Amino acid sequence: MAGVTSINLVEHALLVSIQDDITDTEILELQDRLSTKISENRIDGVILDISALEIVDTFVGRVIAQLAGISRLLAADTYVVGMRPTVAVTLVELGMYLPEIRTALSLTHALAQLRRV
Amino acid sequence: MPLPSYDAFDERDLGAQVLLSQFKLNTSGDAVTVRQAVARYMKEHGASALTVTRFATAVSEIARNAIVHAGGGEFSIYVDPGRKQLSVVCWDKGPGIEDIELALSDGYTSGGGLGRGLGGAKRLAKKFEIRTAVGGGTSVLMSVNL
Repeated sequence: MAGVTSINLVEHALLVSIQDDITDTEILELQDRLSTKISENRIDGVILDISALEIVDTFVGRVIAQLAGISRLLAADTYVVGMRPTVAVTLVELGMYLPEIRTALSLTHALAQLRRV
Repeated sequence: MPLPSYDAFDERDLGAQVLLSQFKLNTSGDAVTVRQAVARYMKEHGASALTVTRFATAVSEIARNAIVHAGGGEFSIYVDPGRKQLSVVCWDKGPGIEDIELALSDGYTSGGGLGRGLGGAKRLAKKFEIRTAVGGGTSVLMSVNL
């Protein structure tokens, strides 16, 4: 096991680092923890760091969309950072354009976007 | 009453390719294990990053299908003696697929998913073949050039 997915508070955003070997159970726990933390900390944004993900299949793609959906309902914007270029190419081939997700090239970029909101 | 049998892929379909490793598919963690094993082997044998990501994604889709829709299965990795081609066989004893054309089309889902998994895997793999029987199970053979 490479490590547990972490949630850290950075400015008014939650930084979520998703591990490559995350299991279905851990994903459900993550949704639970994330929604609680958003409401407790008056969060403006959620930044999902997926740089550790070697692949994003339709299951993980759906999880990312769901995490963004939960955040939006709790009035927080979601940014995905660290997507590997090969993952972007593969997602488009799968037909998964993830329209509800904003992407940023880096954590710094995502934080700058959130400050402007 | 015996289950309807179907002609699942086996050694006869793989010609000169030899078995490299075999895995049981029971939990979602097993889907991660098999796609990481495939990716590791491909990287060690010089496949490009994009080739690895595409094929590992296809592997993840079919392994997850066996676990989620068929209650588990078995996964085998084969390679040809010249190390030029890698093949995988994913096999289950699940409910089978009634309409393969429909299951391979984008947007079709038998529940929960996005309906892009099987069709997506077919697009991502260099070679993709499927055999299935209702009540018997499903077997998928995919290959990629190294």
